[in-house]
Amino acid sequence: MIPLWWYLILSAAIFCIGLFGAITRKNSIGILISIELMLNAANINLLAFWRYLYAQQGDLRGQVFVIIIFVVAASEAAVGLAMIISAYRRKQTVIANEIDSMKG
Amino acid sequence: MTPMQILFLITGVVILFSAVMAVSARKMIHSALWFVLALLGVAVVFAMLEASFFAVVQVLIYVGAIAILIIFGVMLTRRALEDNGKHINRATITTTVIVIFVFAGLIYSLRLWVPLLATTTPLSSDHLDVGSLGLAFTDPRQFSLPFEITSVLLLAALIGAIYIAYERKDEKK
Repeated sequence: MIPLWWYLILSAAIFCIGLFGAITRKNSIGILISIELMLNAANINLLAFWRYLYAQQGDLRGQVFVIIIFVVAASEAAVGLAMIISAYRRKQTVIANEIDSMKG
Repeated sequence: MTPMQILFLITGVVILFSAVMAVSARKMIHSALWFVLALLGVAVVFAMLEASFFAVVQVLIYVGAIAILIIFGVMLTRRALEDNGKHINRATITTTVIVIFVFAGLIYSLRLWVPLLATTTPLSSDHLDVGSLGLAFTDPRQFSLPFEITSVLLLAALIGAIYIAYERKDEKK
């Protein structure tokens, strides 16, 4: 059987890769992909904790959290891509540095 | 090493490699396709956690909807992608240091935690029933309020996405 910490280290590594991408990417869609990777890391963590610490008691809270994160990820992708396409239509760019009309 | 552990290690290597490629590939469409591979690896991890419902949902929602949405986004904004030279910004080295510190901090904060070494026995079949999750979501004493709030969030995101992406005639130049 796989010990719990293997899952935790895997999800920490995916989270850090996603964090790296979210900070360094210039393309807005790349930033969105990185954020989705981080949400996936959180999901692995939640399901691993659910499986190892709560599943035997029939406790479903971990699964409920995972479903809510799925919904949040889907809405975030939809709204994010709508914003990117809207910004692209106006400024002909998806580079995050060049979308600066809200900069003070 | 049991077969499960070997499978986990292979899956983990595939996920990590495709995640690194997804955040560092120069062409956005390659990045999106590596992202799909990473998502499929995560679905395998869900299946190994005996959450087969979530493995299916992962493939349906992430690979079937979110990844397709992202690929559409990449294709609709294609012209801006391959022009100006660098695809990542100047902060790469600083960010690498920050990320390594975050990872080390996460590992460090875990090292003395007791349930870390927890192993578990295979679940009995009544724990694997998806119906109990559905009942929990509709039971007012359990999770029906979070369920309703989530559905309102989804509706708000739907309307917001349509409103934001809608092309208004008067703003066109």
